[in-house]
Amino acid sequence: MTFPIEWTGPVSGLVCGVLFGYVLQRGGLGNGCRLTAQLRLQDWTVFNVMFTAILVAAGGLYVLELAGYMHTSDIFIPTTYLWATLLGGALIGVGMGLGGYCPGTSVVGAAAGRIDGMVFFVGLIVGVVAFAGIYTPITPLMNAAEGPQAQTLGQLLGLPPWAVLILLVGVAVSVWWLTRRSGTSEAITCAD
Amino acid sequence: MKQRPIWNAHLAGAVLGLVLLLTFVMTGHGLGASGAPTAIAAATSNVVAPAATQANGYLGWMVENGRNPLDSWIIWEVLGVALGALAAAWWSGHLRVRVEGPPRIKNMGRLSLALIAGVLSGFGARVSAGCTSGLGLSGSATLATAGFVFLIGFFGAGLITGLLTRRMWK
Repeated sequence: MTFPIEWTGPVSGLVCGVLFGYVLQRGGLGNGCRLTAQLRLQDWTVFNVMFTAILVAAGGLYVLELAGYMHTSDIFIPTTYLWATLLGGALIGVGMGLGGYCPGTSVVGAAAGRIDGMVFFVGLIVGVVAFAGIYTPITPLMNAAEGPQAQTLGQLLGLPPWAVLILLVGVAVSVWWLTRRSGTSEAITCAD
Repeated sequence: MKQRPIWNAHLAGAVLGLVLLLTFVMTGHGLGASGAPTAIAAATSNVVAPAATQANGYLGWMVENGRNPLDSWIIWEVLGVALGALAAAWWSGHLRVRVEGPPRIKNMGRLSLALIAGVLSGFGARVSAGCTSGLGLSGSATLATAGFVFLIGFFGAGLITGLLTRRMWK
């Protein structure tokens, strides 16, 4: 048997989404106060959840590939467009700092009854329309400094995947250790 | 419903990682979010101004030949996110209609801020062709350089914004 099994219909989307939304909510990532507290360095939940998830999924993909069940060429690996990738990330970062959410977490926050999350989501749609409006003139910026297709950190640094994984585990453990006093703060409830 | 505390961050991260791995195994790609507002923008714009939408360099292909942009995996996934989060919020006693935001700002101010921030975020997600879910989480899980470049931009600008707005949250 080889993966992916190419199960990509509506039910597949619903299943993955329900699990994603459930975990984000139970992990506390639908709370704009907690999300912005990470950006103020007062709470490290976002970093710990995200980095652990990246490492578990990356480790799983690596093991599946080693065992011959999966080929990296069959999964989607995004390509860097240095300025666009950095600038887009920065705008989403500013958006989280000001509004409390990123696109996915606004859906989670909204689903728990937060009207600010719903309004944030409406803003996302407006932002897409604004982008589409100026897309043609800014196309050169979008495509500038294109990196190699589907490049991985291992290819960039000239390291095997296992070494990259160890390096990232090192980063995750160090940051968790250094910030363990702030960790997941019980005090972050905002309006509650 | 009794309020249950949130999961330990490393447990939540591990479960999230398994969900992400399952998504890769099933579909060949990871989890996302910003594709949904993009599809909704294309569909809405196509109703309000069909000619302009079809001629648009970015949205055009999503609606060409009568294609419905809402008929896509990401729309179902984000609908699932809302349902899953709703179930989790109800189950853990956190489901309640309210406006949240900086304690020093009144509700109208919070909602205005959320709208402006949403516009920046939606615009940004198109610039980087992915958001914190699609690039930061799913991209990084494939160890793609793009995922980590995104995270550097995201946390860099996010930290500056967070520190500059520190007093607003006191």
